[in-house]
Order: sequence, then structure tokens, then C-alpha cells
Amino acid sequence: MRSYLEFEKPVADLEGQIQELRVLAERGEAVDVTEEIGRLETKASQALQEIYQKLTPWQKTQIARHPDRPHFVDYVARLIEDFTPLSGDRKFAEDAAILGGFGRFRGQSVAVIGHEKGSDTASRIRHNFGMARPEGYRKAVRLMELADRFDVPVISLVDTAGAYPGIGAEERGQAEAIARSTEACLNIGVPNVALIIGEGGSGGAIAIATANRVLMLEHAIYSVISPEGAASILWRDPARAQDAATNMKITAQDLIRFKVIDGVIPEPLGGAHRAPEAVIDAAGAAIAEAFAGMAGLSREEVRRQRREKFLAIGRVL
Amino acid sequence: MNWLTNVVRPKIKSLLAKRETPDNLWIKCPETGEMVFHRDLEANQFVIPSSGYHMRMPARRRLEVLFDGARYETIAVPPSPVDPLKFRDERRYTDRLKDAKAKTGNEDAVLLGIGQLDDMTVVAAVQDFDFMGGSLGMAAGEAIVTGMLAAVERRAPFILFAASGGARMQEGILSLMQMPRTTAAIQALREARLPYLVVLTNPTTGGVTASYAMLGDVHLAEPGALIGFAGPRVIEQTIREKLPDGFQRSEYLLEHGMVDMVVQRQDLRATLSRLCHVLTKTPKVEVVELEPVEVEQPAA
Repeated sequence: MRSYLEFEKPVADLEGQIQELRVLAERGEAVDVTEEIGRLETKASQALQEIYQKLTPWQKTQIARHPDRPHFVDYVARLIEDFTPLSGDRKFAEDAAILGGFGRFRGQSVAVIGHEKGSDTASRIRHNFGMARPEGYRKAVRLMELADRFDVPVISLVDTAGAYPGIGAEERGQAEAIARSTEACLNIGVPNVALIIGEGGSGGAIAIATANRVLMLEHAIYSVISPEGAASILWRDPARAQDAATNMKITAQDLIRFKVIDGVIPEPLGGAHRAPEAVIDAAGAAIAEAFAGMAGLSREEVRRQRREKFLAIGRVL
Repeated sequence: MNWLTNVVRPKIKSLLAKRETPDNLWIKCPETGEMVFHRDLEANQFVIPSSGYHMRMPARRRLEVLFDGARYETIAVPPSPVDPLKFRDERRYTDRLKDAKAKTGNEDAVLLGIGQLDDMTVVAAVQDFDFMGGSLGMAAGEAIVTGMLAAVERRAPFILFAASGGARMQEGILSLMQMPRTTAAIQALREARLPYLVVLTNPTTGGVTASYAMLGDVHLAEPGALIGFAGPRVIEQTIREKLPDGFQRSEYLLEHGMVDMVVQRQDLRATLSRLCHVLTKTPKVEVVELEPVEVEQPAA
């Protein structure tokens, strides 16, 4: 079963009809539906194209959060060989909202860290919907420092609504954990590439997205606060999330214009969830290209370039 | 006298009388409700004398109290793009900025000063909560970065007085980018082995806490200050229960290992000075008359 977003209703209707016809044909209750199916498929693809040609930032927000959108585990399964997941921050606990480990990317040893939202009720709860507690960020720091010591580059896959706001998280220093993780991103002498695959939610994202190269999927979003959060604070009305999404400029297309990100990876028509393998392969190619551009840089040069890149952001727009 | 002077004038008088006594002459202690005369409060660095409650202190006064003889120079901050998002919520962001500038007399939420602290050159940054909640936008971030790099250049310790509701949402992602930008500047302080001292004041939350305010070499906190990542309201909405008393207050952070000490405002200057001098191995400056002491030389 495919999940449709509200604004995809015309497509959902057409694809529903196609499905019905197929079932009828299988049962032998309808004669020669091939032509009709072909006609409906053309219409459905046209409708999809029309919708996706003029997506609003709020619609993109929904695509970025789509339950079927490929997540961390899908990227790792397809891009990383010999992946060995590692757990725990060695201080307090394991936090499965951020996963990480070591493996090979196109033959080269890499560390991979990222948020995982989960794909069904059980796994969503286990991963806390991708909202990390301090332990998640401290695990990220631990893995980055390991990668640094073994001279292994780091891939970050960013997909979070934000860091978890809870009593325990505050008690154990959520703010400090995020700050240290951002600092670790800037400190390591190995190249790092961050890819925002879904939601890049505020400090919870920046903690692992402070990288030499920052890439974004075409319909991903990256924002200082969720559109709902901004709406309730600035408009005092959570229902104004659409306005907030538009005014805050959270799309990949906006962010490349502000030179906050370095590249946008196109998604197949209808979003990443319609052809996950194609998106993941495109992401792999873009990540490989980003690392190739940093080949041969000394550790000092890697750190210097990263630091200067961030210091330069926003100075000239 | 006609009826006008009899009837109307007293009302006008009472109006005028109200203007002559602005309501901020007497300040109410939020804790005990006691009324304190504003001069007494100012003389006590905005701490209520009887209850010890720490009121918000004007940003400029922070710098005056910190530096020897209240003398300091400001540091020029390169201009940042204004309103890059052309943002508008219920009001235009540019209008909000204009109001904040008029209200505070400052260009943005961070003030910089360089001067002497017990004869040692230090650079200080103060976040002005009265300027849009001390929020971290491009101009504020640039000021922090500029201040830190100036400290590196002058080989001076850097002192931050943090007070902020977090990121300036009206600047969107460019506000978020101030988190890694300020962190990059902290690296320069670390490499130069210069002390970075943070004073957390009420309130310090959000993206400011989740970046430079929690990366100090030493964290001091004023009593009772709210310090945290998520604001109490957000947490209550998420977990749907009331938060415990004292949650996210300075004393709570001390207990949980996030700050080194809770310091009364009256003792801040001396504490900061002592830390700057000890960490940079600079001798004490006070001239103290000492009795000559016979020191026994160890036998050769």
C-alpha cells in the first residue's frame, strides 16, 4: 500500500482506479483493460508531474516527512559494505535515535552516523522518531573521534525533527551534548560530508551536519525551527505552519541560494519514496564526488577549509 | 472661577502628576513582592538587597561593572546582511528590528567591549535580552565571532555574559548557521590557549545554550537563572506533565555537572578576574604590604 499525501489526491484516485482494473483483469471479470490502464497511467503521471513541478515549501515539508521515505538504514544497506554498527556513548546509555558505525563506501573505509526515524510503530518508538537525547550526540562524538584517530572520513545522514525536549534530556545536558557534537564536527582532521535526506531540524541536525560539504535531497528541508514551532511562537497559531514554512525559506532550492549548502540531489518524480534505490544511488554518487574533491588534503587543510567555509556563510549573500 | 476650572482641572492635574512619577521608580521584587527604590537597586547591581533576587541588568552596565574604572572600548563588528529572508510574521521583521534598536539604543543583541580587568586586557561580550530576547541572528553571531577573534589577536581572555531565548527565527537557517560559526571561532580561542569564560544569566536557552554558551572552559551561573536547551513550555507540552520546582535553574545545572559554580553577581567580577589571572599564569596585581618572612633555605 502506498501512502499518499493530501495534495497527491488526484494521483491517488487515478492510481486507485488502475489498481482496481488490474484486480478485475486478474479475476477475468473485465476484458482487455490494457488500453484503459495505459491511458490512466499517462494521466496519473501527468498529474504527478504537475503537482511536483510547483510544490510549496509546506508540501515539501510533508514529502520530507513522508513515512515511506528512505531512511538511514536504507542508505546504509545499499551504500555501505561490511557495515558494523556500534552502540553507546560510554557514559550513560545507547540512544537509537542516532545510529552509527564503520564500513566501506566504494571500497574505502568510512564512518557513518545519522538519525533514524524508524518505519513502523515498534521501530519508531525504539528510535524515538529520530529525536536524539544527549546520549545520541555523545555517541556521534565518540564515533567521529574514532574516525579521526583511524583517519577514516565521515558520512552524516541527517533526518530529524529536532533534538528531544524532555526532562531526562535536559537533566543530562542536551544543550552541551549538541554543542560538543558540533565542535567535534569542526575538530576532526578527516573530511566529512553531510547529506540531509529528510528533515534537518535545528540544533539536533547541526550537531552532525557541520561538514566540509553539505548536500541536500531535492525535497528535503533544513530549518532553524519546525514550521509548526515557528507558527506557534511568531504567529501564536500552530495552524499558520504553511506561512511559516514559506517565510522561513527551508527548501534545498532556497538554501543553495543562500550558499548554506553545497549541492542538491534530484529526486525522482513523486519524491524519494517512489524510487528509493535511484535516490540512494544518486546520493552515493554525490557523496563520492564530494570526497573526491577533497582527496589529498592534509588534516590541517581539511579543518581549516571547514572552519573558513562556516565563517564565510552569510557574510556575502 | 467657572465650572471648567472647578471640574476639569483636577483631572488634568492628576494626569500630569502620574507622568511625573514614572512607574519604574519603584521596582517590585518578583520573588517577595517587596518594592525597592530604583537607585538602591542600581547601586546593588540590580540585585534586590533583601531577597537576593537577581533582576535583569542592562547590558552596558555589565561592561561598566566588569572593566577597571568602568572604562572600555567597543570593537567594530563588520555589518551583516539585514533581513535576508524578507521575513514577515504578524509584523515585518525590519519593523521589529527598528523597535528593538530604538528601545535599547544598540545595533543588535550583542555588545562587545575590550578593557582592563584588574590590569589584564580582556574582551567581553554581553547579550542584551532587551534586544529581541537576546536572540542569535547574523549580526549577533558576527559580534561573538569578531569578539573571539579580537581576543585571539590581542592574546586576551574572552568573557561571555549569555542571555538569550535562542535563535532569531526571522533569519531562518542563517540564524542556525551561527551555531557552527561561533563554535569555529571558539576553536581559535582554544588553539591560542586563551581562557573562554561563560557567565550564564537569566535566561539562556535554545541555540545559544546548544552552541557557544555551553562550550566555555569555565561556566559560571548567576543564582536562579533559567538555563536549558528546550524551554519549559515546550517540554511541558511534549511530556504533558508539570515540571519539578527549580528545574533548569542554575543550582540544578550545578548539581547535574553542567556549570562549575553559581556566583552572586557581586562576586562575579572578582571570580572572573581570579580565573583569568590564574589560568594565564599572571601574577596578582593587588599591592599587599607583607611582613618580611625569613625563609629557611634547604640544606645543599
